[in-house]
Amino acid sequence: MSTIESAFIDLQRLDRLAACDSAVHRLDPRVKVLITLAFLVCVVSFDKYAIAGLLPFALFLTLVIGLSGIPSGFVLNRVLLAAPLALLIGLFNPVYDHQPLMRFGTLVIAGGWLSLLSLVLRFCLTVGAVLALIATTGFNAVCRALEQLGMPTVLAVQLLLLYRYLFVLVEEGLRLNRARVLRSFQGRGLGIRACSFLLGSLLLRTLDRSQRIHLAMRCRGFDGTIHTRNPLRLNGRDVLTLTIVLAALLAMRVFDGPMLLGRFVTGLMA
Amino acid sequence: MRSSLLIEIRDLAHAYPDGTEALRGISLHIRAEESVAVVGANGAGKSTLLLHLNGSLISRHGTVRIGDFQVAKAALPDIRRTVGMVFQDPDDQLFMPTVAEDVAFGPLNLKLPLAEVERRVASALERVGAAHLRDRPPYKLSGGEKRLAAIATVLAMEPAILVMDEPSSSLDPRARRTLIELLAGFGHTKIIATHDLDLVLDLCPRTIVLRQGQVAADGPTDEIFADGRLLAACHLEQPLRLQACPVCGEKSGRLPQKGERL
Repeated sequence: MSTIESAFIDLQRLDRLAACDSAVHRLDPRVKVLITLAFLVCVVSFDKYAIAGLLPFALFLTLVIGLSGIPSGFVLNRVLLAAPLALLIGLFNPVYDHQPLMRFGTLVIAGGWLSLLSLVLRFCLTVGAVLALIATTGFNAVCRALEQLGMPTVLAVQLLLLYRYLFVLVEEGLRLNRARVLRSFQGRGLGIRACSFLLGSLLLRTLDRSQRIHLAMRCRGFDGTIHTRNPLRLNGRDVLTLTIVLAALLAMRVFDGPMLLGRFVTGLMA
Repeated sequence: MRSSLLIEIRDLAHAYPDGTEALRGISLHIRAEESVAVVGANGAGKSTLLLHLNGSLISRHGTVRIGDFQVAKAALPDIRRTVGMVFQDPDDQLFMPTVAEDVAFGPLNLKLPLAEVERRVASALERVGAAHLRDRPPYKLSGGEKRLAAIATVLAMEPAILVMDEPSSSLDPRARRTLIELLAGFGHTKIIATHDLDLVLDLCPRTIVLRQGQVAADGPTDEIFADGRLLAACHLEQPLRLQACPVCGEKSGRLPQKGERL
């Protein structure tokens, strides 16, 4: 199966997961978006050699995924798929940064290795957090939440339509590609030239379709704003969760949890 | 208002920006609650004509009147509330995340109170037998289900006139039959552009034949379908049910009476 087809199935799986029910699913989408944003800011704001400080955040993410009932294998798989990108970015850190930062007996660990590890860890945490957000909320609800949190309406409408028509576009692209592959032999017809025609034709079809969709929307009174039936409402539980989680994230960022734990344990032993 | 509603097209002509003359002087009257088929070859001007009925296209040559309104920019909100348009490709019409939200799209734009919107959504979905599809995303529906949902989105606006472009295209025979039975139960004025002449036989007592942007014939469906020469000149064929049986070589011999299936 081509990668684009499996990516497509992934999207559908995310939608199915978002339709499940759990304490995390039931939270207001805005609360989840705000928590995810706070989580991302905290994780990326650590200094470049930080590893221990990130561990409480990994624990937090694991906890959320556990609570929401999303199969952890699903998130882990997707994160691993994306991880080579982070490796690529950090690949030269060990080459350029030889400053010794850690010592285990005779083994000296250079700063470059630490920063590479930190980068990969952060990458996994941020990708994992966004995946968890979408898998517990659904793309459409995330869009609506972003709009209510102040994202311009035009952008929200664009994102909604993008997500809806991604499926149509992918199907159309796959059909075009199948027709091309069936008439290509020994690699002929699979080159960049045929590909450019294919993309061009896809673009023209998309333009045509967008005009038809716009017409259909205008026919039903569209004036630039998409009105929704059930406006989001915050309840007490949402506000309480938001306050507690934001406070916890802040504490995890400000206090070095693993260090405090280490001191506490060594204090007990001494 | 419904009983007095009349569609009146006078000398309508339309040319696309590339110079193609799609309509060349069309004049028509359609009475309230009439069910009319618009047939003709590819490129005869069917879709262009339909687009003029709800002001999606507004021509400078000729006039279109829907009841008391002349189709013009100022009257568009009223026209679009009166004339519901079902497009050929349901994917163009179903753009919201779920079927229910899509059906609610029109009523919400009419700024109806939420309770009324809810009532209309439920009743439109009920009417097309798609209540169970409410919370499904449109891309997961089958072709037949998409078509029903698309019709529900228009019914929720409670239009007096239903305009449909190729409603039976790419439907399996069962879904097509469901659609025909559904449409037969509607009291709206119906204008259906189609190549499916057997569907016309079931639904429309009156047929308008277009050829190269002009009305080639306008009259009772049975008379038009009996005119082999006219049909051939307009790239059409008699509906299958009126043709000789390929097995026994006999014609079924008579046109169906109203409401009767051969």
